[in-house]
Amino acid sequence: MIGVISYLVFFTTVASILAIAVLGLNLQWGNTGLFNGGVAAFFGAGAYGTLILGGTPQAGHLGGFGLFYPLAVLGGMAAAGVLAWIVGVATLRLRHDYLAISTFGVAVAFENVMRNAEALAGGAKGLRGFERPLRDALGDGFVYNIAFLLVVLVLLLATYLFLERLVGSPFGRLLRAIREDETAARSLGKSPARVRLTAFVTGAVIMGLAGALYGTFYAFVSPQDVLPTLTFQIWAMLIVGGAGNNRGAILGTFLIWGAWTASGWALSRFAPIEAQLYAGSIQYVLIGLVIVGMLLWRPQGLFPERLVVSQSGQG
Amino acid sequence: MPDAALEAVGITAGYVPDLPILLDVSLRAEAGSVTVIIGPNGAGKSTLIKAIAGLVPVSRGTVALRGQDITGLRPHHMARHGIAYVPQTDNIFRSLTVGQNLDLALRRAGSAGPDRLARLLDRFPALADKRGDKAGALSGGQRQFLAVAMALATAPQLILMDEPSAGLAPKAAQEVLEFARDLTEQGVTILLVEQNVNQALRLADHCYILAEGRNQVDGPAEALLGDPIVAEIYLGGKRLRAGA
Amino acid sequence: MIQHLLDGILIGAILSLGAIGLTMVMHMLRFANFSHAELLSIGAYAALVFDKLFKVLMPVLADQIGPLSMTWALVLAIVLSMALTGASAVLFDRLVFRRVREKGEELSMVFASFGLALIVRNVIGLVFGLHTQLYSQDIVFAVVLSRDPLLLVKPDQLAALAATLAIMAALHLVLSRTTFGYALRAVAENPVLAQVNGIDLRRMIVIVWLLGGGLASLAGVFYGLSNQISPVIGRDLVLPIFAATIVGGIGSIYGAVLGGFIVGIAANLALFVLPSGYSPSVPFLIIIAVLLLRPNGLFGEART
Repeated sequence: MIGVISYLVFFTTVASILAIAVLGLNLQWGNTGLFNGGVAAFFGAGAYGTLILGGTPQAGHLGGFGLFYPLAVLGGMAAAGVLAWIVGVATLRLRHDYLAISTFGVAVAFENVMRNAEALAGGAKGLRGFERPLRDALGDGFVYNIAFLLVVLVLLLATYLFLERLVGSPFGRLLRAIREDETAARSLGKSPARVRLTAFVTGAVIMGLAGALYGTFYAFVSPQDVLPTLTFQIWAMLIVGGAGNNRGAILGTFLIWGAWTASGWALSRFAPIEAQLYAGSIQYVLIGLVIVGMLLWRPQGLFPERLVVSQSGQG
Repeated sequence: MPDAALEAVGITAGYVPDLPILLDVSLRAEAGSVTVIIGPNGAGKSTLIKAIAGLVPVSRGTVALRGQDITGLRPHHMARHGIAYVPQTDNIFRSLTVGQNLDLALRRAGSAGPDRLARLLDRFPALADKRGDKAGALSGGQRQFLAVAMALATAPQLILMDEPSAGLAPKAAQEVLEFARDLTEQGVTILLVEQNVNQALRLADHCYILAEGRNQVDGPAEALLGDPIVAEIYLGGKRLRAGA
Repeated sequence: MIQHLLDGILIGAILSLGAIGLTMVMHMLRFANFSHAELLSIGAYAALVFDKLFKVLMPVLADQIGPLSMTWALVLAIVLSMALTGASAVLFDRLVFRRVREKGEELSMVFASFGLALIVRNVIGLVFGLHTQLYSQDIVFAVVLSRDPLLLVKPDQLAALAATLAIMAALHLVLSRTTFGYALRAVAENPVLAQVNGIDLRRMIVIVWLLGGGLASLAGVFYGLSNQISPVIGRDLVLPIFAATIVGGIGSIYGAVLGGFIVGIAANLALFVLPSGYSPSVPFLIIIAVLLLRPNGLFGEART
């Protein structure tokens, strides 16, 4: 019984962390129409940033600044923001496919640098030497995991409320206006490029928060954690949930993460041993089918955005 | 009444389904005449001629060419029915040479060949010297003439022109419009959208005024020249017909 | 130095072949097609299958051509693979892209291409296995072109380069001398105006997919010949091919050719300053540099 509960705690923790990243993506794609093909990079920047800033000194690679934990998290989020700002400045005034390509590229480059730069991030072996905060007080066991889950849930709720307020604010309406009709938004005297940059960086900072929590949870991060697969998974979660809808995004995350872990478990349990090598391929095909299938047959997602009546009031 | 060169009846059209830009617009252009569409920004003027050219889906209404229904024909078939469309901007292929642009246009008419090209260029001496130049390097007026030359390549009955004088120096604008006017003497029907109201009204035979996607007023161009109703519609002082 | 330059030209030819189709599709259909590079994988594996088939059916064809590891069977297989890959590109358009396009969801096309790439790559992995394969088990030694400086090249690579250049020359003749070529360039530059000028856009889209797929298949085979065939060819080449289109300017066919060579050479010369492990990052650096310095590329035109 305790095994089941502790698994559920584990599952909910990871899913909630991913949900934060999906919310960040929803701000970019669902609310602003910005394609981010490199979610893994911003997520990874948060994780690496936090672990480097908050870790204990290590021989062989940078880090061990031992910063107070919340500061380390903020540092990780800032790293994600800076990365997004660089890509955004270069691409957001151009046609949309440049952003798609550049974000995809930044994720490839990020993973590549983390894998090779031993002195910066521990290379392929990953980043060790991070002590989970309050470990002395709470230990390493079940109590700690429950406490951590609570922190994650509070942050998920905070992110959700923040985004709901943002979307309802004049800034949120501006985002929608730009998504629907850029020329019209420009004629209102707003600079679409700047507004989009703000939304893009904010979304990336939220992904950075998710990465920070993920890194904290495992007290470890390696290039394996920032593969393009993560980007695909987060995309599938958003599109299943329904782009533009924050509650749907969270539901979509739990649904897809559940399906992903369940299919992984089923394949490892029932697939013949010689097919185990291909379990990953089968899962990727499934994720691809979910993405394409949703686009073709249910582009609004399973939980579509509530209909928002245009402010201008047609007719 | 005999069949008009072009008759559009009750056109409702828009780029996206359920978001019509034109509402129940009708228009008639007599053979060999110049008909001009004017109206304030966002009136749907360009959308109307794009809808006639098959570039914007028509959800209701019909377009007929000499009595023959052409509604919803795909744009590349329009040429075969004798309709040529000259867009406002990007109306030539900049990366091709002048000669290649014209070759493409002639080929669509199934009439390419050195003699056809030479005859076409005879009418546009300014282009003849620039045959080998990149069309992107032409001046604004020359571009507009190239666009018109491409339209003429198919020997069309009807030419749709979207603000042919936009962005041109006054002299070049005048030249383009007069060239269009002269074409009617060979029986070609011209339908054009114009921003420059007075210039357009002086040139045209008949005029339609559009606002907010609907017909407002139409009449002989001469009669509308100086009619205060034109200014009223432009300034929005006049109560617009229907909707609004 | 010169060896790096040579290697850069060899890989550059492959990137150019891949980029030609991509740049046209990106410009005409207005989306970044992340599944384009998977056509290289399809091409490489299709040629592998046809090659084996021909060798069994017609053993005469199994002889090597001169100093190459390439056989006549492989040459025939390449031709069939080009046709098959072109047809798959058309099929993907029918099944996925056209349907998304007709819903008016322009932005979703990028997304659909991501999903499609994932499916294609992993289905290939499931069918052919995740291990690497070769067209020929015979070891063909690199030929020493010169001793000082030392220059090594495989005969297959030279043949591939020559074939690429020949195809590009043929393409150039078509584009610059025939009405069909003008129409192709017209469609790439301005699809709406092309329609107005009597060009059937749907038909041209099919032709562009066929052409892009065929050239991508060739690129895939050449990559397989100089390296090895694996299901991750597409994954590894997608970014360099995108970089080539951006360097050349999206929509410009000549730009794509030049961009391919520039990216190939730059990526190889970068090995002077960077350890080789970092080479996958180089295309990204090139993309960012171009976007900051000359966002429309060498030959592209501004378009929002």
